[in-house]
Amino acid sequence: MHEETPVIVACPNGPLLVRGDVPIENPDGTPVQKNRRTVALCRCGASVLKPWCDGSHKIIGFRTDLDHGDVPQ
Amino acid sequence: MRLPRVRGPVSAALLDTLTSAPEQRDDALAGLDVVAREVIGASEDLARDDDLQLTLFCLYELHYSGFDGVDDALEWEPGLIAVRTAIERAWEAQLRAAIPLPERPALEADAVAETLFALAAADDGPSLSRYVAKKATREQLDEYLIQRSISQLKEADPQTWAIPRLTGRAKAGLIEVQADEYGNGRLERMHSQLYARTMRGAGLIDEYGAYIDIVPAVSLASANLMSFFGLNRRLRGASAGHLAMFEMTSSIPNRMYGNGFRRHGFGEDVTWYFDEHVEADAVHEQIAARDLAGGLVESEPQLLDDVLFGAASVLVVDGWVGLHILDCWQNGRTSLRAPVATAA
Repeated sequence: MHEETPVIVACPNGPLLVRGDVPIENPDGTPVQKNRRTVALCRCGASVLKPWCDGSHKIIGFRTDLDHGDVPQ
Repeated sequence: MRLPRVRGPVSAALLDTLTSAPEQRDDALAGLDVVAREVIGASEDLARDDDLQLTLFCLYELHYSGFDGVDDALEWEPGLIAVRTAIERAWEAQLRAAIPLPERPALEADAVAETLFALAAADDGPSLSRYVAKKATREQLDEYLIQRSISQLKEADPQTWAIPRLTGRAKAGLIEVQADEYGNGRLERMHSQLYARTMRGAGLIDEYGAYIDIVPAVSLASANLMSFFGLNRRLRGASAGHLAMFEMTSSIPNRMYGNGFRRHGFGEDVTWYFDEHVEADAVHEQIAARDLAGGLVESEPQLLDDVLFGAASVLVVDGWVGLHILDCWQNGRTSLRAPVATAA
């Protein structure tokens, strides 16, 4: 059978959307339980559900289009 | 579901029609048609018109699970479709006039998504979720669950109508969201099942339609809006935009709703529904904004305005619901049509 290649979508101003069979593990190698096929990984650092996104990037005004050193208003 | 109690002349004529013997049906339909057109013409605010929203709700329900004791074949009765269309036409005119659209983005998926996210961020409506998190009484939690029960006990169903009407990226995106809404085929994870579990945990009846008689017009309007978009192929853009905006305004409020129930000492059996939506909708909003709404605009650019209309309609119509509930609660009244104890 054809193996699906996992894809990670870097959503502008948002999370990393992970489609496909990618195991997510804790540093000690234990699996993080995935509750759905496609998951969103926190990229802004503000989620309280890490490693999953909880929409907090919208509250903190997280931007992915800023140059290094720029600070969101 | 069981048939609801009538709320005025049109719903009375509809219930007469639904329960009439086949040989009397034509007369009942003719009577319904006359009274419906009179009332539609005189109605000043369809969103808050109990009689017409209940009528619409019942007409849509014929396409979902129907009513106990009512002939399933009435789903496609031309006279009923005509009444439904007449109400929809008047309501759509009211909605189009009441709902401002954002400036049109470029016809590209990312630009559409950016416009929708900006629209959501700019919404400054009153926050029902914040009130529930911090202030709602135990009785108000029940009211909140009952208000939403007519939609959430069939969560995702209205959007499913759009699946065969879309193609390509938009269809794939909608399927991805819907599969998750339906628990990826696992009954216990299906969102409507999680909602039923929450209702049971709060001591409420989890049967679909159990509280229909005490749910006010404005909440019926919110549920009807999704069926309206879902059942009319010409409005597939609005259905996509509605789902995208619904998902985009869900994660953070659901955390607060969950907090409101935790504040009253409820455990995971009750808060699972809300906690699941914090995580799930943070995924869904990306897919729905980019692949569903954005992908649809790329493949059918003529639907852009409807996508924006559907998205903006969530903020306006669900804003009316929130405003109604908050206004009642802040004035010490129930937001329902009658106390919970009188229902079901």
